[in-house]
Formats: sequence, C-alpha cells, structure tokens
Amino acid sequence: MLGFLKEPVIVNVEINMNIMVLSLMGLISRLWGLSYPRAVVFDEVYYGQFVSLYMKRIFFVDDSGPPFGHMLLALGGYLGGFDGNFLWNRIGAEYSMNVPVWSLRLLPALAGALCVPLAYQILVELQFSHCAALGAALLILLENSLITQSRFMLLESILIFFILLAVLSYLKFYNLQKHSSFSGSWWFWLLLTGVACSCAVGVKYMGLFTYILLLTIAGLHFWHVIGDQNLSNVSLMCHFLARGLALIVIPVAMYVSFFYVHLTLLYRSGPHDQIMTSAFQASLEGGLARITQGQPLEVAYGSQITLRNVLGKPMQCWLHSHTNTYPIRYENGRGSSHQQQVTCYPFKDVNNWWIVKDPGMQQLVVSNPPRPVRHGDIVQLVHGITTRYLNTHDVAAPVSPHSQEVSCYIDYNISMPAQNLWRVEIVNRESDTDVWKTILSEVRFVHVNTSAVLKLSGASLPEWGYRQLEVVGEKLSKGYHQSMVWNVEEHRYGKSLEQKEREVELHSPTQMDISKNLSFMAKFTELQWKILTLKNEDTEHKYSSSALDWITMDTNIAYWLHPTSTAQIHLLGNVVTWASANVAALIYMCLSLWYLIRRRRKIYDIPEDAWQLWVSAGGICVGGWAVNYLPFFGMEKTLFLYHYLPALTFQILLIPIVLQHIRDHLCRSVLLKSMFTALIVAWFSSVYFVYCAFSPVTYGEPSLSVTELKDLRWKDSWNILIRKQ
Amino acid sequence: MRAPRPVRPPRTPYPGLRSSRPGAAGSTALRMPAAGRGQADPGPPRQREPRQPRRLPPHSAASPAAARPAALALVILLSFASRFHRLAEPPHVCWDETHFGKMGSYYINRTFFFDVHPPLGKMLIGLAGYLSGYDGTFPFQKPGDRYEQHNYVGMRGFCAFLGSCLVPLVYLTVLELSKSLPAALLTAFLLIFDTGCITLSQYILLDPILMFFLMGAVLSMVKCNSCADRPFSASWWFWMSLTGVSLAGAMGVKFVGLFVVLLVGLNTMHDLWDLLGNLSLSLVMFGKHLLARVLCLILLPVALYTAVFAVHFTVLNKSGPGDGFFSSAFQSQLIGNNLHNISVPEHLAYGSVVTMKNLRMAGGYLHSHWHLYPEGVGARQQQVTAYLHKDLNNFWIIKKHDSDTDLSDPSIPVEFLRHGDIIRLEHKETSRNLHSHQHEAPLTRKHFQVTAYGINGTGDSNDFWRIEVVGRKAEKLIRVLRSQVRLTHVATGCILGSSGKILPKWGWEQLEVTCTPYLKETPNSLWNFEDHINPKLPNISLDVLKPSFAEILLESHMVMIQGNTALKPKDNEVTSKPWHWPINYQGLRFSGVNETDYRVYLLGNPVIWWLNLITIGLYLLITVSTAVALKRGVQLTSELKELSRVVLRGGGQIMLGWLLHYLPFFMMGRVLYFHHYFPAMLFSSMLTGITWDTLLKFFAGFWTPSTTARKVYGAGFLALVLLIIYSFYLFHPLSYGIVGPMASDPSSPMAGLRWMDSWEF
Repeated sequence: MLGFLKEPVIVNVEINMNIMVLSLMGLISRLWGLSYPRAVVFDEVYYGQFVSLYMKRIFFVDDSGPPFGHMLLALGGYLGGFDGNFLWNRIGAEYSMNVPVWSLRLLPALAGALCVPLAYQILVELQFSHCAALGAALLILLENSLITQSRFMLLESILIFFILLAVLSYLKFYNLQKHSSFSGSWWFWLLLTGVACSCAVGVKYMGLFTYILLLTIAGLHFWHVIGDQNLSNVSLMCHFLARGLALIVIPVAMYVSFFYVHLTLLYRSGPHDQIMTSAFQASLEGGLARITQGQPLEVAYGSQITLRNVLGKPMQCWLHSHTNTYPIRYENGRGSSHQQQVTCYPFKDVNNWWIVKDPGMQQLVVSNPPRPVRHGDIVQLVHGITTRYLNTHDVAAPVSPHSQEVSCYIDYNISMPAQNLWRVEIVNRESDTDVWKTILSEVRFVHVNTSAVLKLSGASLPEWGYRQLEVVGEKLSKGYHQSMVWNVEEHRYGKSLEQKEREVELHSPTQMDISKNLSFMAKFTELQWKILTLKNEDTEHKYSSSALDWITMDTNIAYWLHPTSTAQIHLLGNVVTWASANVAALIYMCLSLWYLIRRRRKIYDIPEDAWQLWVSAGGICVGGWAVNYLPFFGMEKTLFLYHYLPALTFQILLIPIVLQHIRDHLCRSVLLKSMFTALIVAWFSSVYFVYCAFSPVTYGEPSLSVTELKDLRWKDSWNILIRKQ
Repeated sequence: MRAPRPVRPPRTPYPGLRSSRPGAAGSTALRMPAAGRGQADPGPPRQREPRQPRRLPPHSAASPAAARPAALALVILLSFASRFHRLAEPPHVCWDETHFGKMGSYYINRTFFFDVHPPLGKMLIGLAGYLSGYDGTFPFQKPGDRYEQHNYVGMRGFCAFLGSCLVPLVYLTVLELSKSLPAALLTAFLLIFDTGCITLSQYILLDPILMFFLMGAVLSMVKCNSCADRPFSASWWFWMSLTGVSLAGAMGVKFVGLFVVLLVGLNTMHDLWDLLGNLSLSLVMFGKHLLARVLCLILLPVALYTAVFAVHFTVLNKSGPGDGFFSSAFQSQLIGNNLHNISVPEHLAYGSVVTMKNLRMAGGYLHSHWHLYPEGVGARQQQVTAYLHKDLNNFWIIKKHDSDTDLSDPSIPVEFLRHGDIIRLEHKETSRNLHSHQHEAPLTRKHFQVTAYGINGTGDSNDFWRIEVVGRKAEKLIRVLRSQVRLTHVATGCILGSSGKILPKWGWEQLEVTCTPYLKETPNSLWNFEDHINPKLPNISLDVLKPSFAEILLESHMVMIQGNTALKPKDNEVTSKPWHWPINYQGLRFSGVNETDYRVYLLGNPVIWWLNLITIGLYLLITVSTAVALKRGVQLTSELKELSRVVLRGGGQIMLGWLLHYLPFFMMGRVLYFHHYFPAMLFSSMLTGITWDTLLKFFAGFWTPSTTARKVYGAGFLALVLLIIYSFYLFHPLSYGIVGPMASDPSSPMAGLRWMDSWEF
C-alpha cells in the first residue's frame, strides 16, 4: 500500500532561467514606480475618457480604432474599482483619489514587460543562438521609448505585445510543421497566431499590417507544402482548411466578437449619439429611445413626422420651415421666389414637424384603419405649424445656385403655380411594395414635375436664414448619396381636424406602443462603417511629425512636466539602438542583394541552411519593419513618433541577427572573431550608458537641473522643456 | 531558384496549335500521375499509340500567310470606320473639350497656362488644330457652346485617328502574346464595338492620345520580348527604343502613364534577372544588356520627356492665365507679365513698397482690403488674406517699428533692412498695420488671427514683426525675390503664414492668413518679396534671376502634383468610385441632358464590359488551378503545356497591366472619373481575348474527331463575335448620339436598354 514510498518522487522541472530573468527584468523596468506621476500624462487624457464611459456604460464612437484596446484599458479600471468619475480635460491634471492609477496603467506595462522574453523567444525560434536572442531581449529592455510608452495608459505596448506574440506563435507553428503536423501543440500555436493577430487588429488598425505580412508568409510556406508530393491531396486539403480556419475565420469572428462585447457593455446613450442613425440611437437606453419608444411603425396618410437627414454631416439636422421668407434679392443680386424658407435645423423644434398628406384628399388626419404610404406613392408634405406645402421649382437655390430652391409655397398670384407633389422612394426597400417605416426606412423625395431630389446641400444660409443649413432640389442627381436620403424620426398619427388643436398636438410629446430593436449585425456594420469613415478635422499638433523624421529620431514628444519642478517625461528613444537598427537594416539589405546576385551566378558564399535562416529572419524583421513603417508615407492623418514603435521593434530584432551573421560568416579568422566580440561588448555598454543617461526623462525622476537638461538635448530638433527663470 | 531558360522552339506561326497529341488520351485534359510516382515518365508507351495530327482552330487551319494581313486590314478598316463615323457631330463643345480645346488654343496663341497634366497631349492637339487650319480664336467657354465657323474637326480627327490606331496595336499585341489569330481578332472586336472606346476617341480629349502611347509601349515591349533570342539585332534595338519613345509619350500626356512605366520596368527587371541566371552569358555581355536597357528605357524617355517640356516652355512665352501659380522668378520670363524685363532695386530698405508672396506652391500674395472680419470670427478688425492675383491691395510699406518719419523724404539717408530687424508693415491702400493677437484664426483654430489694425500707421506693439532670412544666416541684407524670409510676431512669438484654406464668402474666397505658434519650417510660413518700389535705390535687371531649365522643370512638376492633390471631392458631392468602373455602373454625360438635346453618353457596351468582368474571375480560377496542378507535378500534354504557357506568361503580363492600371486608383484622394478606367479596360479586353480563346481550345479538345472539335471551337468563337456585334447594334446610339425621348419612354431609341437604374440616358 505504501509501495510508492519505495521509489523516490522525482519531479523534473525545466526552467529556462534566461526567460525568467528577462521577464523579471522587464517587469522591474516597466512597473517600477508605476503610479508616478499621479497626473494625466499625454494621451491618457484621450483614452481615459473612454475608460470612464465604459465604467458608466455610456455609448461612444472612437474613430481612432476598434474597441478591443479601449476595453483592455477599461478592464484595468474595472479591476481597480474605478467608478469613472474623473474629468479628463487636460494633460498634467492631478488624479483624484478615486482613480486607481496603478491598475489603470498595469495592463500596458505588463504587455510592455512581456515583450522582452517574447523577443528572446522569437530569435530562438528563428534558430539563432541564445547569445543573439539575449542581445535582442536586452536591446528591447533598454529601449527608452518602449519603456515610456508602456508605462502609461496607452495602446502601443499592447499592440506590440500582440504583434510579437503573433509572430512567435507562427514561428513555433512553422517549426512544428516539419515533423508533427496536426499535433496538439501544432494546433495550439496555429490557433494562437490567429487569435493574437485579431487581438492586434482589435487594438489598433495598425495591427492589420503585421496580420497581412503573416498571411503572406503563411501563403508562401503553404505554396511549398503544395509542392510536397509526399502529401496526399486529402491531407493537403486538411492543411489548407486548418490554416483558413485559424488564420482567417477565427480572426474575423474574434474581431466581430470585440464589437459584440463593446455594444453589450455600452447600452446607454451618450455624447456621440448624433453620429449614428436614428435606428441606432433608438436602440440605446435613454436619449432618442425615450422619445421614440412606442411610436407607430408605419407612416400613413395623415401622419405627423419629423424628417432627419441620414448623412449627419456637418451635423445632424431635421427638415425645417418657419414663417420667414427668402429675401426677394440676394446680396449678389440674384432673385428668389420670396416664398417661405425651408431649411435643415440642427435642434429639435416644433417647426420640424411635417404632415404626410394624400394629394387626392383634403383631410390631415389618419383614417381608421390607417392607410400606410408605400414605395412609389405620391404625397404632399404639409408643414405642421404654417400648413404650407413643401414645394420646389425652377428657381436657383440661395447658396448653391446650380440646384433648385425648395420652399413652402405661398401663392402670390404671379403665375408661379404650386409644384408640391413628391414621390416617396424607399432606398433600402426589400420589395417595391414596401411600406414607409418610422426610423427604419431611408427615403428619397423625388419631385414629380422636375424629378429633382430633396437634398441637404451642406452649405449654411446667411444671416437672413439664421445660419441654418440649406436644403435644395438636386436636379442632376447622380446615384445614391446620403445627403439626399431622409428618415422619419419622431412620428405620431395625427388626430386633430382643426389647425388650433393640431398645434397643441404638435407641441405635445409622442406616445404609444411598439419598440424596435436593431440586430447585432446591423449595429456592428453601422458602427464599423462610422469608425472607418468618420474624419476628424485635420488637427495640427505641436509634437506631430512626419514619417521621415522617425528614422533619425529628429523629433520627440513631451508627455508630462511636473507642475513645479523640472521633472519631465519625454518619448525619446535610445539613440544608439535607433542608429544601430538603421545600420543593421542597411547592412541586411546590401548583403542580401549581394548574396542574391552571386547565387544567381551560382556562387554560394554561405551554406544553404545559413542562407535559409538569413532569408526567413529578414522576411520577418525587415518585412515587419517595412509593413509597419512605409504605409505612413501615404497617410494623411496627423502622425506622431509613437506610430513608429512597432516598426522599430522589428528593426531592433534585426540587430543581433546581423551581428551574429557577420561574426559567424564574415569574420573568417579567430582573431577577427574575438575582436568583433569585443566590439559588440563595447557597443552594448554604450547602449546601457545611453539608457541610463536618458532614464530621468523616461521615468520622470529624478528632476534634473537646467544645465543637465540642456546637456540631454543631443539634437537641436528635440524639444526639452526648460522653464524660463 | 529558376530553371535555366528553356530553349526556344523553332519559330513557327502557331507553335501550340501545330503540335499533335495522342487521340486516346485526348479526352482527359489533365493526366494525374498514377499512384506509384515512379512512372512519372509515361513517354515510351504512349509513343507507340497512333498519332492523330489535329489542327484545332479553324482560322489557323486556313492558310495563315493569307489570313493575317487580311485580318489586320479588316481590323483597321472597322476601327477607322467606327471612330470616324459622325465625327463632326455634335457641332458644339462636349464635356472636357472645354479644357483641352482651350489649351490647344493657348498653344496656337502662345499664352502661358497651367494644367495638372504634362503638356504633350495638349501640344499635339494644338499642333493638329494648327495644321488643320484652326486659328485659336474659339473661346471654348463651356460645354454646349456651338463651334459655328471654327474648324474643330481637325482636332477631333487627330484624336479619332490615334483612337483608331489603338485597335490594331492591341490586335498585334495579343497576336504576339498568344500566337493565336482568333484571340487577337476577338480582342480587336471587343474594342471596335465598345461604345465607350468609340465615344472616348471621338472628341478633343487626352485619353485617346494617352492610350495610343500606352498600347504602343506594351506592343513594343511584347515584340522586344519576342526578339530576346536575337539580342542586339536591328529589330531588337528598334522595338526597345520604340518602347522608350512610347513611355515618354505616355508620361508626357498624363501622369497615369507612370503605371505603364511600372509595367515595363517590372518586365525589364524580370528579363534582366533571367539573363543574370543564364550562366552561358558572360558578365560583360550582361553589362551590355543592362546598358542597352538603361539607354533605351531610361535615358531616352527622360530625354524625350524633358524635350517635351522644353518645347512647352519655348512655345508658351506670353503671359496668360497660369502665371500666378508659378514663382516670381519664373514669371519674369513671360512676355506681358509685369515682372518681365523689369528692373527693381535689389536690397530692401525702410520705406520700400513691396508685395510679399507666400512660398507655398500656389501660395498667393499677402493682401488686405477695407472689409472687416465678421462678428464672431476673432476680433472685428480688417481682414488680411492671401490672394492669388495681382492687385493694388497687395502692396505694403516697410516701416521702422519705433519711428513714423516719412521715409519718402529724399533728405533722409537710405537705411537697408537687415536680418533680425524689427519692423512694421503698413498696408498701402488702407494705412493699417499688419497685426496679430491671441484670438483664434478663422479656419485653423489653433493658430492666431492676423488682422490689419490702427489708423494712418499708428497702432500698438502687436504690430511689430521680426524679419529673418532663412537659410543663409550670413547674409545680412534682404534681397528682393531671392531671399526667403520669415516674419515672427514679436509679442506672441508666432510666425506669419498662409494655411492655404479658402475663406468663406465674407473673405471673398481668398486664402486664410494666420500666425502659427508652431515653429516648424514649412513653405507655408515663408515669404519672398516680389514687387519692390523705392525711388531712392538703383534698379538692377531681373535677368540675373532667370531660373535654369532644371529649376523650371522641377517647379512645374511640383505645381502639377500640388494641383492634382488639390482636386479633392467636396463633402456632399457624389463622386465616381473605382469599384463602379468595371461593372459599368455609371457613365458620363458628354453632351445634352434633356429630351430635345443631342445626347452623347460615355458608357461601355455593357455586354462587353460584363464579359470582361466575368473573364477576370475565370482567368484567376484557371491560373490558380493550373499553377497548383503544375506544382503538384501533374503531367500535361504538350498542347496543354502550350495553352498553360499562354495563360500563365502572356495572360500574366496582361493581368499585371490591368492591376497596375486599376488598383492605384483606390488609393487616390483626388476626384476620380469613369474615364480613368479605360486604360485598364484595354488590358481587361486583351485578357478576355486570350482567356476565351484558351478556354474554347481546351473544351473543344473534349470532342474526339478533330473536325468536330474544330466545329465546336468555331461555333464558340462565332457566337462570341455575334454577341458582341449584336450588343453594339443595340447600344450604338450612346456613342453616335441619341435624339428623342429619354430611355424610360417606350418610343425612345434606347427603350428597354436602361438595364441599370444608375445609367442616365
């Protein structure tokens, strides 16, 4: 019974001390004094407000990227018990006691720390020596810019972590591919590649570049698998399907699921509601839903409605009219019809109400049962308060003279007849007999006489039109544009026969029954579309830079300055590392070209397996650098130095690769080799020296004297903050 | 690693079609190797099978020697007939004729103008007009203006001529690539009967000229590739230099020509890479190859392209509407410009009256006028803007910041302005000082507002500016035209600049001027002095400023690029999207809107375009399956090998061309139009010809007796051609003019043909 005692209990544990030590050092360097400074640092002011909104479950739209990164930051806040009550209004503001600074900054710092062992392992998987791998990890460890970026509530370190994780898992997968396909760990690393890719894309769209790079590499590797004639067609198909599943299907599904969580968490209406369509707004708690809850669904003859322009640019607005008329002559001498103005008005107002009227009948109430309006029906639109008819005619519009003026018709008896028939065209109809539905239907109004389309021109009227937005009849309507599409937002069935009663009715809030719910996919597509198309005003920033400045680090970003002392935090890289990384990339490219041309002439300088390693390492590192850097030259948004960090990470990984290659293959004699090693050691100590020199502006302490600060200004273009005495 | 270059088979007109193959195995196209992979070589047993020589396509069966010239003649005849039919109709300005016709006139009148495209196309139009007796007097004001007695047919005829030559070029290219007469004929018919190509060739536009050079380059490239087995022969040199000439032509007409340069460049790199891998070739020979290509494909086109600009600047020597876009130094070269042949004092002094031009491309002069900023836009003081035209309100007087003595008094000695001086700039017409303060600028909210302030030159300390010369620190004096200066506001430390944004109506749509607190050095915040009046100083001639030709060339390119990127769509404007184009989603109105008008509508023949679209999908499918099959080691019969070679090599080149001429548009921010797709459409049509020919041959192979196979092939070919011709019969009014009711009316000639709601006829 006690037989097991006869044998000693042996537990074999394999601990790679390299990784343990590296992780520990990473954690120390990133987490040291994490809650200092206890003030808003740089873009925390931006991401912080989203964390607060998550805590309060209020809906928002952020055009800078998908929601996964924000959610991770919010997770930190949630774990720290943050209640969301903090006014994120300026950089440098002191945090109040309820803000759990440490836990808010923890996740980015952890991600930054783990990049160090990841870098080590990537080089090991690329089959370079442990020395080279250690070198790469140390370079990442001592890179000031990566440290700064990891220590605050920012997204780049999380992005870099997922990018490196994706690369590492793909390499693991690829190395397993050779001998144990379809094994457990094969599946694990393959799936992890897909998951890490989708997380990277979910944090920032920049992750897409690395994802595409990995897809390309996977495609190339698979092309070799196709050529492997030992593989049967069936197992080839299995390989193909497994990759398709893990690298395409799962990432897409994960990406959508981020949005699912995002939309489930945020169910309250908030500051960005007006960007979304009425249907979306109505699906949020509070806001528009409170008004539209219980409206009748189908628009009928006699319905009282407000019409919102679908475009929502330059601001959301509703079709509006008021008793003022167009001036007889405009400033530039053109004439108008002098009829009642029709505009688009960005605020809720009783003058936004219109009544749908059947041209063949006089009454303005809904019959019993209601007669719904269908696609293609001809209606008149009566302005509720003034009971004038929506009209357009061959008169140039006030601000956009190429289009027709839209007015509410006043009969001046001057042989200008009313032209007030409009055809209702439902743009998003499923069949030609669709009924016009509140909120859901997107409708074009086509003028029957002139076939002009009711459109928001985007210009605003001058003083006489109270700077409201201009509405015109667009005659040369080319295809679909959202400015020509309107939807019913508020709606009720009109009951009052008399104008006086009707006015009272128009002033009263809407009531009644049914509620509408948007499906998740509809919400997802709309939100995704808005994120991609929403454009912020081109803003100029003091620390914005161009992509060309990044290679040489001609620019820095001041993140924080102590309110009284000279302590400050800057995004500044380790100069030696940046320069060496550039040199390494240059050497790599020149050497590759040289080898390539020589190999073409059948001259083999290095052994075949060394060449394969050289190519695959370059594909990942130089490729990763290029895809994360070059696209910025074509981008028109405001760029900052921190956009370069993912590319830089890849470039740093290249340094030990090139060094080892030179030592192994180009230093032919033992003497040369040992000299080269000594050189590397010297160079490494210079990296460490620069790290130490810049650590005061990386960690924000200790505060330096003015002369010390001036000494740190190694480049004239750096902007180190020095207080005027 | 690439396999060594295969030895070319003897040059027969139809190498692929001559070959024979075993009849028994003929019905299965791809023969998989049997389970045991040892018997990969099924050769010996098969050779014993009876050989049935079979010629597949009917056309090649007919004597090829006679068929080729006849087919070419037919293609040329049809092409010219279709393009020249009703060329003079409609006798009014259509669509962009208003631009390019006008620019042709400028060449005839020798007035300087500015356009976003390089000059070759317009020069040729001008030349054609000149030779055909057009005198350059028609104003080309707006589409719809009648030509009356002016001779416009010459210019249209020239474009139509090039447009007609396009078809034979395409025909020859496909013939060279596929060695198949039917494929070439099919492609030619696609283009001859495409309403879009016809319409685009019939008016005074750049597109036929561009496409002519483009196809010329592709044809010569393909021909040159075919000559690869006899390098340095006369024909090899001829085709290679012709490629270079065509490239220069394409680039000289529109920058879109860059895509074909890329195509040729990639092809050449591939070519060189092959040569490098050929170990029988010595490095010296390789060097010769390389040099020949550098000479023909880089130096020759660059020289020609530069020559085009040289002619452009030599011909246009009179001042015209394009002056303001260019720098002061350039303007001094134009006859009639107020900077021409004038002499001004060189160094600026206090009391000088000057105009200041922003160094941004198309930057404008510092300007002010009696109007105030409207309420709500910063302080209600006098506006300061940047204005592109010459105007009395552009003049400013340089004064000392601390004294207000009348500097025009001849008794006061001249005091020159120096780098670092603090000055005041007084607006000459309104006597107000250039002023800035910490109010936000009207459009760029983060900058400060710039106004003109004070009465009769008396203002406050916010009127002080420090003037600094950029670049040459050593130079202390400030020179007219040549010094680039920066004006720093003394009180706030901001820099005077022009943001380039257009002010609303209240600012007369002039450009915004701001004071930027960001100290970045951009042309936006640099200025130079252009006019300079100071009677006390001696004048020097401006000829010393004459820019070199290289500078002019560089500047004109910068201005063109700037102009191109400035063509941004407005916010609420409906624009054409690249994904619309291949599906023929929407055309362009060339002429006429209403029922009574003579209407011409640029729209591709939908049958042809949709066939092209389907073929791209088909082609991808074929390529992927063939490539995978080859990679899996499937053994193909010699005939199929030939077919797959045509599809992979020839088709691949064409596909690359299509991609290069289409995909970049997705990344362009400028306004795009439907007609931008036509170069890509040429490639797409070639791909259709090659793919369908291959497909028909492949499927005809399933019928065993060779006569049936030939009939099947012939029937398929004929059906395609008839389909194309019939669809042309249906849609030809689009090009040759529709008169009468709109298509929605059953009595219209186009009744029932409006297959998509987005077509507007």
